[in-house]
Amino acid sequence: MEPINHVAGRAIPFGRKNVDTDVIIPAHWLKTITREGLGKGAFEAVRTEPGNVFTDPEYAGAPILIAGDNFGCGSSREHAAWALLDMGVTCVIAPSFSDIFSGNAFKNGILTVALPQEAIDRLMEVAKTDTIDVDLTTQSVTTPFQDRFTFDIDPFRKHCLENGLDEVGLTMAQGETISAYEARAKSNLPFLARTPATVD
Amino acid sequence: MTKTPRTLYQKIWDAHVVDTRDDGTCLIYIDRHIVHEVTSPQAFESLRAAGRPVRRPDLTIAVPDHNLPTTPRRDAAGNRVPIADPQSAQQLEMLEKNAPEFGIRYIGDADPEQGIVHVIGPEQGFSLPGATIVCGDSHTACNGGLGALAFGIGTSEVEHVLATQTLLLKQSKTFEVRVEGKLGAGVSPKDVILHVIGVIGTAGGTGYVIEYTGNVFREMSVEGRLTVCNMSIEGGARAGLVAPDETTFAYVKGRPYAPVGEDWDKAVAWWKSLATDEGATYDKSVFIRAEDIQPTVTWGTSPEDTSAIGGVVPAPEDFDDASKRDAVRHSLDYMGLTPGTKLTDVEVQNVFIGSCTNSRIEDIRAAAEVLKGRKKADNVKWAIVVPGSGLVKAQAEAEGLDKIIIEAGLEWREPGCSACLAMNPDKVPAGERCASTSNRNFTGRQGPGSRTHLMSPAMAAAAAVTGKLTDVRELAG
Ligand code: SF4
Repeated sequence: MEPINHVAGRAIPFGRKNVDTDVIIPAHWLKTITREGLGKGAFEAVRTEPGNVFTDPEYAGAPILIAGDNFGCGSSREHAAWALLDMGVTCVIAPSFSDIFSGNAFKNGILTVALPQEAIDRLMEVAKTDTIDVDLTTQSVTTPFQDRFTFDIDPFRKHCLENGLDEVGLTMAQGETISAYEARAKSNLPFLARTPATVD
Repeated sequence: MTKTPRTLYQKIWDAHVVDTRDDGTCLIYIDRHIVHEVTSPQAFESLRAAGRPVRRPDLTIAVPDHNLPTTPRRDAAGNRVPIADPQSAQQLEMLEKNAPEFGIRYIGDADPEQGIVHVIGPEQGFSLPGATIVCGDSHTACNGGLGALAFGIGTSEVEHVLATQTLLLKQSKTFEVRVEGKLGAGVSPKDVILHVIGVIGTAGGTGYVIEYTGNVFREMSVEGRLTVCNMSIEGGARAGLVAPDETTFAYVKGRPYAPVGEDWDKAVAWWKSLATDEGATYDKSVFIRAEDIQPTVTWGTSPEDTSAIGGVVPAPEDFDDASKRDAVRHSLDYMGLTPGTKLTDVEVQNVFIGSCTNSRIEDIRAAAEVLKGRKKADNVKWAIVVPGSGLVKAQAEAEGLDKIIIEAGLEWREPGCSACLAMNPDKVPAGERCASTSNRNFTGRQGPGSRTHLMSPAMAAAAAVTGKLTDVRELAG
């Protein structure tokens, strides 16, 4: 996973509330076999709306998405996070997120920043013309106009994001503890510890 | 020192703790992992990208089931019959390639052992009592019928288990569902679990692991217990368990992956120690009288929308809760049902006997017993029986059940998930009704616009014969 310390650039001023994962990536995209390419299906229905921000060339490739309350509610599909990554978004700013979505986003190295609605309103304004700067180290969002909003983040998540550590990598780092369990299980629970396919 | 009494769930949990974090989250060891074609491609892709191997390929098996057509998979010359949907074909190809690349045993689409993930786990003796078992499908809970702690996981977790053979979990609360008394004639394990869900609701088990206790489960076959635990997820719980006992040991013994010799003796001794201790407490309990359970069907689009077959379609006003009234209004509209209609007057055009809930040999036998010497009603346009595995299929054929089924005018298919979720070509047409032995009656689950009524295999067979929802006890009389 790519480490994230700083995300700077244009932000897509979407702003909509209660965006569910079906809106982020519709169900018919779930039959894919890779994480790549889902960006094409991201916000598929919204893209057909006249004047929408996703087909506006102004925001093409923008690394930040600004949304409304309760972003990512609904089905737990991880494809929502993959779709955002594939369209180049590595940071989402909203007043609140669904738990499952923020978990999935984190697992995939996307920074979710929760800010009060007033801050969101201001950032939506700025995003129309200028860039936004999100700094994970100082936990702050700034604009070229001296705006500065600070945000909270779980210290463990921050550490993982900053170092590009994914959960799998973190657990793999505990390899010795796992091996110790396996050694215990081999004598205590041998019938679970092995199958006919086990080669000692 | 006296030990604190523990529940079955706590004992399995305690035996699998690799590490405990400060916030109480535990790293839990996973004993068995079954992989299928839908939720694994991205997990393998990530492993490959990071150059990570599968930690314990010997504790993992892979089998396709969700996308496979249930029509013959090989032509007369033994060549694969191409799968029409290119995306389904691609998912199958990926699993076929990924499993051997990572050293995992792959059970192929036309192998005799192929079948639905949750059917072949127990059947192969791969799923064992007291084991922690995961698979990228929520109905993994099914394996709890053996007394295993089994639950479904997402793709990131599939990757985590492949790479580390562990999962990060928080302990769940425990929920005892006790059913005692004598089940009436014609009342099957499926009726028991549909009734339970009707009582506790689809959110009743949220945050809990259910343990099914009482003489009804003690006296039930392992296959029946698998049916019950399968639908724990519809009751909101991530997993359901029945304590392993002599019935369980007799079921497991001699299966291909089951322990043998000294390992077997050790296993039985440990399994016997797993039952919930006298004096252990559950976070919540519900008691149900077996005599209150009738052959049960669903009328709505939530698994909690159950009724005894003798009942009528309810009205939204029958419910106290305003949001439930709303949901019922939507359900009835979608299902095309009028309140007050007798359930036995509701006509069906399709019948599906199969899915990981009800596709084992006892289920096929129960259906065949009803179908024997009878014919499918003319208004039933499509009726299929889909065995849960190639071995179930072979067993049923050895008993001549396939002939009874075909003579009654139903189709006898190849094993797979089929019309349970309609990812393959088996779909219920929009606006039509299906008497189904599967586990979910959600909007569009069996195909866009499909209307599902959940029930037992015997009840679905009875519906095939009369063309209506039917009380199987009256048919027999
Ligand atoms: S039969 Fe249905 S519920 Fe069971 S594994 Fe297949 S799709 Fe899931």
